[in-house]
Amino acid sequence: MSQQKHAESRPIVRAEDLSKQVSSPDGPLDILQGVNLDLQHSETLAVVGASGSGKSTLLGLLAGLDLPSRGRVELNGQNLNSLDEDGRARLRRELLGFVFQSFHLLPSLTALENVMVPLELVGHSDARILAEEWLQRVGLQPRRLHRPNQLSGGEQQRVAIARAFATSPQLLLADEPTGNLDQQTGRKVIDLLFELNREHRTTLILVTHDTALADQCSRRLELAEGRLLQASGC
Amino acid sequence: MLAFTLRSLWRELASGELRVLLLGLIIGVGAFTSVALFNDRVHQAMTHQAGELLAADLLVQSPSPLPEAWKQSALGMGLQLAETTSFRSMTLAGERLQMAEVKAVSRGYPLRGRLLVAETSGHSEQQRQAPPESGSVWLERQLLDRMGLKPGDDIQLGESGFRISGLILEEPDRGGSLFSIAPRLMMNPLDLPATGLLTVGSRAEYRLLLAGEADALEVFRGWIKPRLQVGQRLLGPRDSRRELTSALERAERFLGLASLVSLLLAAVAIAMSANRYARRHLDNTALLRCLGASRQLITRIFTGQLLLLGLAGSLIGLLFGYLVQHLLAALLAGLFIQQLPPPTLQPLLLGLLIGLVTLTGFALPPLLALRNTPPLRVLRREMPLPRLSRLAIYGPALVVLTGLLAWQADDWQLTLLVSLGLLAILSLLTLVAWLLTRMLQRVSPSGGQPWRLGLANIARHPEVSIVQLVAVGLGMMVVLLLILIRTDLLDAWRATLPFEAPNHFLINVQADQLAPLEKFFRQQKQPAPVIYPMVRGRLHSLNGTPVDADSYAQPRAKQLIQREFNLSWMERMPTANRLVSGHWWSRTDERGWSVEKGIAHSLGIQLGDRLAFEIAGQTVSAPVTSLRKVAWDSFEVNFFVIAPPGQLDVTQASYITAFFLPPGEEPLLARLVTHFPNITDIDVGALMQRVRSIIDRVILSVQFVSLFTLLAGLVVLLAAVQSSLDERIHETAILRTLGALKGQIRVAIVTEFMALGAIAGLLAALGASLIAALLADQLFGLRYQGNLWIWPVSLLSGMLLMGVSGVLGVRSVLQKPPLQQIL
Repeated sequence: MSQQKHAESRPIVRAEDLSKQVSSPDGPLDILQGVNLDLQHSETLAVVGASGSGKSTLLGLLAGLDLPSRGRVELNGQNLNSLDEDGRARLRRELLGFVFQSFHLLPSLTALENVMVPLELVGHSDARILAEEWLQRVGLQPRRLHRPNQLSGGEQQRVAIARAFATSPQLLLADEPTGNLDQQTGRKVIDLLFELNREHRTTLILVTHDTALADQCSRRLELAEGRLLQASGC
Repeated sequence: MLAFTLRSLWRELASGELRVLLLGLIIGVGAFTSVALFNDRVHQAMTHQAGELLAADLLVQSPSPLPEAWKQSALGMGLQLAETTSFRSMTLAGERLQMAEVKAVSRGYPLRGRLLVAETSGHSEQQRQAPPESGSVWLERQLLDRMGLKPGDDIQLGESGFRISGLILEEPDRGGSLFSIAPRLMMNPLDLPATGLLTVGSRAEYRLLLAGEADALEVFRGWIKPRLQVGQRLLGPRDSRRELTSALERAERFLGLASLVSLLLAAVAIAMSANRYARRHLDNTALLRCLGASRQLITRIFTGQLLLLGLAGSLIGLLFGYLVQHLLAALLAGLFIQQLPPPTLQPLLLGLLIGLVTLTGFALPPLLALRNTPPLRVLRREMPLPRLSRLAIYGPALVVLTGLLAWQADDWQLTLLVSLGLLAILSLLTLVAWLLTRMLQRVSPSGGQPWRLGLANIARHPEVSIVQLVAVGLGMMVVLLLILIRTDLLDAWRATLPFEAPNHFLINVQADQLAPLEKFFRQQKQPAPVIYPMVRGRLHSLNGTPVDADSYAQPRAKQLIQREFNLSWMERMPTANRLVSGHWWSRTDERGWSVEKGIAHSLGIQLGDRLAFEIAGQTVSAPVTSLRKVAWDSFEVNFFVIAPPGQLDVTQASYITAFFLPPGEEPLLARLVTHFPNITDIDVGALMQRVRSIIDRVILSVQFVSLFTLLAGLVVLLAAVQSSLDERIHETAILRTLGALKGQIRVAIVTEFMALGAIAGLLAALGASLIAALLADQLFGLRYQGNLWIWPVSLLSGMLLMGVSGVLGVRSVLQKPPLQQIL
């Protein structure tokens, strides 16, 4: 219990001097420079910025999908730099959930199987039952045996949300979740996302360029040319 | 335009995009060309010197000496003449004994082609048209080597001794029997009588060789035809070809078939690669069209690329095929008496054509579909893709390939049979593959074990899985089948022979040698073998109606009726015989024939029919009193037709016997030949060894070519793996993002391919066992016992083969960082 308390007192995400440099034909190119960030449990953070401002790079680094050229990321106190790729993967499946702009469901699996995948990866014994419950929760139980190409964009994103929440992650990373949806469907998906987020007190990092959407988050972080412009929040 | 085409082709090759397509083309063309080149050389060897194969324009062949009157008439018609007499006999030098094919040739031989002899004196090669001088003989190198002799040494033949005065380097009509049984000894006909080898009933072949103007030959042909007796034949160049090609034709067809199956599989791989290539170029093409490229230009670019690629791939394939055919020729070298002539250009040109046809037929359609890419796709990626029906894509190419098959087999009936057979095997393999993948569908990926994910992956892409399974399974099946034939079937056949089955036959035994021969065996402390009398006769009439070749439609019956029968008489039925109907004679004064069941069936002879045989001008007539079944593979002395004692003329008989010579007792043979020089010993053991080695080599060569099939199957696997690569990379990236470990993904991939390999192995074992059983029954007349070890071996090799190639094929999947694919 005391351990739990200790865990809750430190930030779930901490980024220090986070920088990413890639090589280009014109020499090294900085796509992210000196970003510092602390995020507490249950906080919601919107990362906004123009295209190419480094939003997705930041998200990738926070998720441990890539390593920074300089600086460090700590998830739940664990330094990602000290882990190898498999170590980071292990941390992801225990801690993180993802929602992507282009859904990224496995095309050969049914909706139900897609939700089951992260549960199976952590070796959950009731993967199927739990996945069915989650599909029920997002309103897709009747379509659980459909494959992604038989679902609409909104439905696919709802499956992705069910998949993201299925393992009860502490941190949810969402990359332009409404980018591929029409306004009305996008609205519904966002409502669902925030509703579930509140229910499960999940920490949320939302990358978007939709200011209305960003306003729904407790904090907001703006990036321009790889640098943090301003941070706001309540 | 060309520069653009070349540049983009180079880029695609460098990026590995077109490598599988190129590999498929190289293997397909290589398989086809190697076999076509080899077959071309064999055909040349057989047809090139069609006339020379006879050493004449026309010849008369007879089992007895030819009448002097025929020679006089031929001379009268202005034809050139020569004569040869050939038979087999043992030769002796010191204690060394060796069977030789003896041929006495007259002055003037050969009338066509050339006889090259290296004379002992001077060592120079000389073209000869005359026999060796009386008292001397010419030998083939093989005979010298086997006897440990050198030119100038002496050699014993029958009752005479000869000096070896020359080495035969080339003999025109030597190819007459494609597979030589024994090496050649050539002698002067004047020396023949003194050897004492040609006696009544001796198996010798007398030939009258003729050459001259076509008209004169036609006149002679017309004159001689009605005068030919049974057993005598007129041979022209075409006849000689027919006889000697049949054996190799079968091997050629096998080779051709294996190469075509490889080509077909390669075509499948090419089609799969081309499809992926087209799919990946949709966006580029849409962009090109957006930028104003006309459909015509798109067509030109892709056609140009394909032609360049086709030329390059086909040329490499040709080179590959050329090297492989050298290996093939080396493998089969021992079978040919003559050196194979170098290949002609035709198979190479054909290989090039095949390469271009296969590539355009299987790769161009999906590429051409690209020109219909809507430019709007640049803006709206979900625009429907241009699609052609499968039939429209592959239909024409399949028709072309079937045409090739027919052309290669040169026989529509065989083509139909082979196509149907192949279709049946493919359908069976496909059906079983489908059933097995369906069964895998029940394996749900739940439980989280990565291996279940791998298994489920097979079922999720049933179409691709089945193509891979059938392609690799087919390749493995062909290789496996040949192993089964080489080991199991030949062993099974050999096992039907008892160990102490006679391994030597003595023929040409004369009546006055019966008692001395028996005494000889007693002296040598060997059991005296049963000696059977034998006379040669021709079936003259059946129930009073004269019969000849025209009376029968079946080729086998025609052949049988033209031959002279070996007739015998005996009191008791030999042990290897079983009475099927009728009765064996109880009294020796009874008249009748006991006929072997198979020949009775072929010639339409029934119990009670009256058969008349013509034996040395006399007719012997009697009813058929029994039918027998004979175990031919007992290697005992057996006869088609047997008479009771007293029915046939004893004075016409020679005698024959068979005995078992235990290993290590070979000196007995040398003593036998010294005592009885006219008796010919036939070493059946050596003969069987020879037959076995021929079959072995032929199978080895077919097996060698069938490796192409396996290779082509693996290229299909690679093409299939490559076609699913994009999807795999994407899936793996998602799984990695969701927290899957590298090890888990690796286990899933390995499981998927090993399971595919296991199924392919099972398919191969199933197919090979079925076909082996069929062959055993139809070809060898055996009941195939089946072979349990091929199942685990096939299963494991399949797992290993597909496991390794599959994992190698997708190794890039794990190396791509997930970030690029996901965000």
